Amino acid sequence: MTDWLAPLLDPFAFGFMRRALVGCLALSLSAPPIGVFLMLRRMSLMSEAMSHAILPGAAAGFLVAGLSLPAMTLGGLVAGLVVALLAGLVTRTTALREDASLAAFYLISLAAGVLLVSLRGSQIDLLHILFGTVLALDDGALLLLGAISTLTLFALAVLYRPLVMECVDPLFLRTVSRAGGRAHYAFLGLVVVNLVAGFQALGTLLAVGLMLLPAITARFWARGLGGLIASAMLIGVMASVGGLVLSYHLGLPSGPAIVLVAGLLYLVSMLAGPQGGLLRRLVRTRHLEA
Amino acid sequence: MSPLQVTPGAVRLAGLTLGYDRHPAVHHLDGTIPPGDLLALVGPNGAGKSTLLKGLVGEIPCLDGQILRGVPREALAYLPQADEIDRSFPLSVLDLAGMGLWHSSGPWRSLRGERARILDALRAVGLSGFEERQIGTLSGGQFQRALFARLILQDAAVILLDEPFTGIDARTVEDLLGLIGHWHRQGRTVVAALHDLAQVRAHFPSTLLIAREPVAWGPTAAVLTPENLDRAARLSEAWDEDAAVCARDHAHGSAAPDPAHDHAHGSAQDGAAHDHGHDHAHTHGGHRHAHHHRHGDAA
Repeated sequence: MTDWLAPLLDPFAFGFMRRALVGCLALSLSAPPIGVFLMLRRMSLMSEAMSHAILPGAAAGFLVAGLSLPAMTLGGLVAGLVVALLAGLVTRTTALREDASLAAFYLISLAAGVLLVSLRGSQIDLLHILFGTVLALDDGALLLLGAISTLTLFALAVLYRPLVMECVDPLFLRTVSRAGGRAHYAFLGLVVVNLVAGFQALGTLLAVGLMLLPAITARFWARGLGGLIASAMLIGVMASVGGLVLSYHLGLPSGPAIVLVAGLLYLVSMLAGPQGGLLRRLVRTRHLEA
Repeated sequence: MSPLQVTPGAVRLAGLTLGYDRHPAVHHLDGTIPPGDLLALVGPNGAGKSTLLKGLVGEIPCLDGQILRGVPREALAYLPQADEIDRSFPLSVLDLAGMGLWHSSGPWRSLRGERARILDALRAVGLSGFEERQIGTLSGGQFQRALFARLILQDAAVILLDEPFTGIDARTVEDLLGLIGHWHRQGRTVVAALHDLAQVRAHFPSTLLIAREPVAWGPTAAVLTPENLDRAARLSEAWDEDAAVCARDHAHGSAAPDPAHDHAHGSAQDGAAHDHGHDHAHTHGGHRHAHHHRHGDAA
């Protein structure tokens, strides 16, 4: 083995690091494409709100079963889907816009979650929920991450056309088909399951990190939708590997390390990215003839 | 109440009231758009042109009355005002136009085999060579051409256009009007909300002039008279935040129009226009234009 590769490969001599890597890679394939659609629909911050909405469910699971991943996952899933559905329902039936109705529900949800956690449990438990346990992924958690990743990719393939049309021209889609509403709810469902997956690895606070940062970074590298999705996945993979390696060598908590590496990639891309990056804008290239 | 009938291919409006938050934006409209009609929708801003088109396509519910569509829902194509479309989305012109094939492609089927058809449609609107361009890089006129290409591919029997020429240069308007004329000759029904009266007089055989109330409906020359236009301008300004509940009788099956109904919206001509609506609903099925013309006379 060549010397320069050693620091990159050493950490994965350990089983728990390999598990963390597999979990993060699964997440890197499914969350960033979701993030691309969120970004294009100008709903980036909506996922942040949703990630908070998951908290009371996870906390309820925690109250019932202690620090058990399946219980907390199920709870988070239910809470997230309920908030997404309620917010969607209120938007479609009242004068309130989606961002406002979602904000109302996620705040209620977040407060309820914090209340539930404080009813029982210590600071440590709260930290686990908020920051995740990527280095302690068991078989069940890995299976769940893999299943969510697979489901997401299949679902995106099925929903792709209605989803794109719903983004560009929702009115047109409504006039030709009822698929728009269904695609919208299915997409919100995907956001929730991916946040739940992210919460296993990165915690509720940072679950959005692997969803949004790679997507936003991809904007500086690709123009078309296909390119955006592919580069967002690649950036997610790079952030996962980079973050885990850094956390191993420097003894950092892995969740924040992964998201910070994603953030670093974003800053570099913002400066040097070929699609509207800062340097590219500063250097005036000669204009074309036509 | 006996069920109302509509001839196949036609769109019939029966006592139609559309609006937002109970305030009518289109008030008690009666009439039929015959198959193959080329109808201009004219009226001041806020007259209810866009609302009527949204109602026709089923985008907003009727507050009162009915729309009877003699065509299946998927035979209606609708071009909204362009500002409702997200042009920053990374999509190629080919993909945008290809959306028009939804009825044959559905959510999953590949459009690869339809590439030639899409390119033909783009050629018909003068966008050859633009197929790989991102929609965000198009000018306003080019974008409107791309949307017309999508309409071509929708292959609809009834085409509804909401102010399709706003902010579009003369050359593009001319091209697109040519396309509309072509659709008319193919026997499609086209309804377009427009502001340019000279354009309407030159290209549209029939016109519906509305100002929340129907003012006149019939052959363009008979509708666009100075008196009608003047009346439309006056009628359009009556939005009353505290308007009383409309007491107009809307039971189309009832024996006779109520002569004594009082109407809170306060325009003197309401009663007359409305009674015509009733006559129409009771007695006519087929001959549209002669009848609609009477709306104009009533003014």
